[in-house]
Amino acid sequence: MTQLFSNLIKAYGDRRDDGVIQLSFTLPVEYGQKAKQIGKIFAEKLGLREVNVTAVEKVGDGFTMFVVYGHCDVVLDVDKIDIPVVEFTIYSREEVDTLIGKNIGRKIKVVGACTGFDAHTVGIDAILNMKGFAGDYGLERYRWFEVYNLGAQITNEKLIEKALSVGADAILLSQVVTQRNIHKENSLDFVKRIEEKGLRNRFILILGGPRIDHPLAVSLGFDAGFGAGTKPSEVASYIYSRMLELKDR
Amino acid sequence: MLKIRYDRKIVADSREYAAKIAGDIYNRFIRGFSTDSIERTTLRFLGVEGATSLGQPKVNSVVEKVKKNSDISLGVLLAVAREMAVSGADFQSAVNIVSDGTLSSIPPSREALEKAKNNIKRLAVLKYEELAGKRRKREEFKKSFQPQKTPLRYLIVATGNIYDDVIQARAAAEAGADIIAVIRSTAQSLLDYVPEGATTEGYGGTYATQENFRIMREALDDVSKKLGRYIYLTNYSSGLCMPEIAFLGAFEGLDVLLNDAMYGILFRDINMKRTFCDQFFSRMICAVSRIIINTGEDNYLTTSDAVERAHTVLTSLFINEAFAKIAGMKPEYMGLGHAFEINPQIEDSFSLELSQALLIRHIFPKSPIKYMPPTKHMTGDPFYSNLLDAMFNLASKMSNQHIHLLGMMTEAMHNPLIMDRYESLKNVNYIFNAASSLASQIQIRKDSLINRRAQEVLSKAYELLQKVQKEGLDNAISNGEFADIKRYSDSGKGVEGVYKKGKEYFNPVFDILLEKTGGER
Ligand code: B12
Repeated sequence: MTQLFSNLIKAYGDRRDDGVIQLSFTLPVEYGQKAKQIGKIFAEKLGLREVNVTAVEKVGDGFTMFVVYGHCDVVLDVDKIDIPVVEFTIYSREEVDTLIGKNIGRKIKVVGACTGFDAHTVGIDAILNMKGFAGDYGLERYRWFEVYNLGAQITNEKLIEKALSVGADAILLSQVVTQRNIHKENSLDFVKRIEEKGLRNRFILILGGPRIDHPLAVSLGFDAGFGAGTKPSEVASYIYSRMLELKDR
Repeated sequence: MLKIRYDRKIVADSREYAAKIAGDIYNRFIRGFSTDSIERTTLRFLGVEGATSLGQPKVNSVVEKVKKNSDISLGVLLAVAREMAVSGADFQSAVNIVSDGTLSSIPPSREALEKAKNNIKRLAVLKYEELAGKRRKREEFKKSFQPQKTPLRYLIVATGNIYDDVIQARAAAEAGADIIAVIRSTAQSLLDYVPEGATTEGYGGTYATQENFRIMREALDDVSKKLGRYIYLTNYSSGLCMPEIAFLGAFEGLDVLLNDAMYGILFRDINMKRTFCDQFFSRMICAVSRIIINTGEDNYLTTSDAVERAHTVLTSLFINEAFAKIAGMKPEYMGLGHAFEINPQIEDSFSLELSQALLIRHIFPKSPIKYMPPTKHMTGDPFYSNLLDAMFNLASKMSNQHIHLLGMMTEAMHNPLIMDRYESLKNVNYIFNAASSLASQIQIRKDSLINRRAQEVLSKAYELLQKVQKEGLDNAISNGEFADIKRYSDSGKGVEGVYKKGKEYFNPVFDILLEKTGGER
């Protein structure tokens, strides 16, 4: 096996560039003698070499599950991939508070909610409420944030109204349920309403949720996106740095 | 079973406080009130079904028209009885007249009204017997099978299409599930009507409808016979239609219903009064039909911390038990719920979990306790999540829980795929078998963390019960004592569908249920 240039990568098993990956899937085929071969061919069609079918199990009448290992020849030049990332420095709560006090000089107002049918409040609460998340206090705890948390199952329209009425700087939208892309539909609807009112540049728009990432949020029309495990201080740092940029403009 | 030590006197006193708490709510919020959903259930009980030409469920149309054209505080059945008395129509025709809004305005004669009311009373007795007959038949069918070993393995299906649900349910039963729960569509709990017919759509599950209940019951009865093992059917009744769904479930032979006295208030922002009344009526139906209810305390631990707030679960279990007693339920049908939701990063988290599971098992010895798997701390790494489920399975077996919800290693991602469910069963089958008699071979040390923790949780639960009793449950909920969520008695969904019963309120269905259940009121 030849060593590739350092910016070119292949999957890693236990040796550089061995290309080993593992995979599991179910096929609607009857469990039996042929099943294993069918699983193997399926994996080969995916581009795996030296496929090793390590488990073949009947998961229901007419359904067989496979676990396979194989070598994969995909090579990526990581330097050539353009991935949008949020550029900002992450500060602690104390630092953010000091910086806002010094450089913005007023309270930053944020309004957040989980809109649509989605009833999950724990994520947005983790970011906004006093208690915070994983030992990191929420935005309510910050001296220089004024927080309005509307909870869940409210309409996009109401969230926008609230943001306008309190004169918010940032709107934080949480979307947890993703079945049939309902999160995308709802987020697009939110942005569309903001745009129709000519308010797109009025607010910093932030989207968050366990299945959200920055590129997705940007593609849906938001300024930034935050996913699973986000800490409130990260969000606070981001909002601060955006505010600073906007001020300088 | 593994024994733990705790003060039985505190348990007895806790029960007394809980009885006072629920009794106070019964007197202030339940006794003198009826709701839209109770009135609709009454009509369903008497055989009113189907939809109007506009597609609205007939029972909704009747209640709406009575509110518009007559006096709902006297009950829908009084309006129907009046119509029968004036026009001489039979019950069904009178219901249709009321539904069409073409009510006669002439007051009926006293005798004619009495006669009509007596006819409805007779119909109510007849319909009650019909329901009781269904219950007896189901119990006989159940008895024809060997009783299963506990914990019972409870699996959910949630394809969003009842026919796909049937396929998945069959596969799950064949792979070892004892109980199948059909998840409802997102936000059905907020619909103020029960949809009609077989449904093939919905987010996160398909609708709870009478026809869907029937289709799934038929399929599971068929699998039961094939496997020689009775397969229980579960659905969800919390929400604005709690009593209606309870009735439809009873009628179609469901075995288990999610039915919590406070879940709707806390997690769906349904009005308190509405929920208290509705849970009472729905539980009377569960009582006469011997449906196992499942309470939802496990949910508290998704919004509040499972270590700090463990006692709130126990407090709420005492209260849910007290409400169920008022509705005339027997402990054997109170599937009180709790969960394995402690942050797995905490040292000794397993001891704390085991302690809580044993404590609840001991305090409610006759109840078919429902034990929920880890959900909140499951992550996108299914390998790790599968481990958490294994620990949960072990805690469940060691403490002999009754209804065991299978954890899914993809809990943090999506509704289970067919192979997720398979791996989950493989996990549980292994652990239950491997730890089959483990608990009977070991003892818990007197001064152990497990015992100390159990005592601590019990005393805190007791203190909270005292506090709630002093404040009143409604105020305690407004203060955010449960699930860290605050709700108020005059707000919330469905508040407009609650009314004080007038002096002449007429509802023989209510009367029969009160009489047959004979709860501790
Ligand atoms: C708790 C919970 C519930 C609770 C919610 C209580 C409440 N008040 O929130 C209850 C029991 C009510 C519930 C109900 C339902 N749930 Co639920 N639930 C969960 C569960 C177990 C945990 C979610 C959670 O609290 N995580 C902890 C928080 C802290 O994490 P988080 O949400 O990811 O938030 C973090 C980040 O994402 C980010 N973040 C989140 N939002 C935002 C917003 C901004 C602006 C920013 C910057 C960051 C940010 O920061 C947070 C901190 O790091 C998940 C499974 C799981 N383990 O994820 C299922 C889950 C989310 N639920 C699910 C479903 C389907 C439902 C129901 C539809 C089920 C049903 N059919 O009835 C209903 C929904 C009803 C409705 N109308 O929405 C699915 C969603 C599937 C999907 N991908 O679409 C999941 C994944 C479970 C599953 N496998 O099926 N649920």
